[in-house]
Amino acid sequence: MSRILTCTDLTLSYEKQAVVSELNIHVDEGDCLCILGENGSGKSTLVKALVGLIKPQRGTVIYEGLKRHEIGYLPQQSAAQKDFPASVEEIVLSGTLPRSMGYIKKENRLEAEKNMELLGILPIRKKSFAALSGGQQQRVLLARAFCAAKKLLVLDEPVTGLDPLVSAELYSIIEEKNATEGLTVISVSHAPERACHTASKILHLGGGGAQFFGTADEYLASEIGQKYLCADDHHHHHGERRKVQ
Amino acid sequence: MTFSDIFSDPMVREIVFRALTVGSLVSLCAAVLGVSLVLRRYSMIGDGLSHVGFFALSVAAALGLGTTNSLEISIPIVIFAAFLLMKLTESGVMKGDAATAVVSTGAVAVGVVIFTFAQGSMTSDICSSLFGSASVVTLTDKDLILSIVMSVLVIALYLVFYRLVFSVTFDEGFAKASGAPVSFCNLLISVLTAVVIVVGMKLIGSIMISALVVFPALTAMRLAGSFKRVIGIAGAVSVICFVLGFFAGCLLGLPTGPCVIIVNMTVYALCALCKRGN
Repeated sequence: MSRILTCTDLTLSYEKQAVVSELNIHVDEGDCLCILGENGSGKSTLVKALVGLIKPQRGTVIYEGLKRHEIGYLPQQSAAQKDFPASVEEIVLSGTLPRSMGYIKKENRLEAEKNMELLGILPIRKKSFAALSGGQQQRVLLARAFCAAKKLLVLDEPVTGLDPLVSAELYSIIEEKNATEGLTVISVSHAPERACHTASKILHLGGGGAQFFGTADEYLASEIGQKYLCADDHHHHHGERRKVQ
Repeated sequence: MTFSDIFSDPMVREIVFRALTVGSLVSLCAAVLGVSLVLRRYSMIGDGLSHVGFFALSVAAALGLGTTNSLEISIPIVIFAAFLLMKLTESGVMKGDAATAVVSTGAVAVGVVIFTFAQGSMTSDICSSLFGSASVVTLTDKDLILSIVMSVLVIALYLVFYRLVFSVTFDEGFAKASGAPVSFCNLLISVLTAVVIVVGMKLIGSIMISALVVFPALTAMRLAGSFKRVIGIAGAVSVICFVLGFFAGCLLGLPTGPCVIIVNMTVYALCALCKRGN
């Protein structure tokens, strides 16, 4: 496996506060890296630095054999986007822009259609994005990211706010892409158990500079991993009990 | 003035024809650009730039060029201001709305002072550059040609970079992450907006010109669900409203700018009400 991304001594700040410090990680082709951690631990900031949206305060992010236009990025949705007047098709097609700046080519259309079909939004391709439910909007944005992701897919909380069934389905589609096409995936996730099943590498960003980077097995055995998974377990059981009552 | 006056007198016909040509082209360009600006929450940028346009007119007056011969001076000054606004916002020195407010009010203050120095007192020039001419404006050959060239350029560039503009308007972060030239696109939109504002200021007046950027876009967003349609409807609505407003002004003896904007406002209000009724 060849290396495609390396972070060396990466320090990032958000509004002048350091949120990630001295981070050293690397991603190989075909990897699935899950980024876990509490709210405010700098997951989104790290993802933005990985795709080049913010400059590191110190340290470097280096791509090897990976070009910017081979990266598909799924950002967290902004409020301005939710009522944006654009059709599903227009948005998915915009994912092919980086590789063809001018008019839409036939191969762009085919690619957009393929990804719309994969995410089950082909029947609603002419509908307005603003009229869709949150889950459908997320499918559209994921299809767009697939169009752009030739080598690397970077997802910032892909299933936030979606119901468990839809979340599971979207995760399966992403995992399938990773397993069958060898697409490298970096994903911020709120589902540590699922992450440990499918991820080849785990990065845990803890508060106060605590960090873990390694394989899923190593993570399960580590102190930080057990603590986090245990807390998550508790949370789930607690939720179920409440539902029964 | 009645309709028969407009069409029987060749002199009047010529003046009306020129104003209609320039006005329709400017309305079309402003509306098309306006869709991107409104969606990206930059509605006020047109307002900021038009106030800088007022400042540019005062500089032209001070140099003795008069307000009729001012496009050569106003276009570079306003483009520079657009560039400055973009850099101020991008670099995070100031938030977008604060930067616009600072540039816009500052430019008017300095502009009024320069105007007063140049002409000895507050004159009707100030009034007409702020509110548009009180009667139908006489546009020179140069105005006519320049505004046609500018409008064709704006529409052509917009079409060539349509996909980029869409992508950046919808999601700047995504576009940037996959390597699209986002800064170039932002620069393009602000320069084109600057050009349209300067050309349109003469007809509508610098205080109100940004309405042409905002109203048609808002109306179109009520009516259509795809970006392409919103752009098309905004352009069409804008041209129709201009023509209606222009003739209403002629017939009632009212200034063009306010009439055009009142028509735009009415159309928007009707669309909003109809949609709510559904």
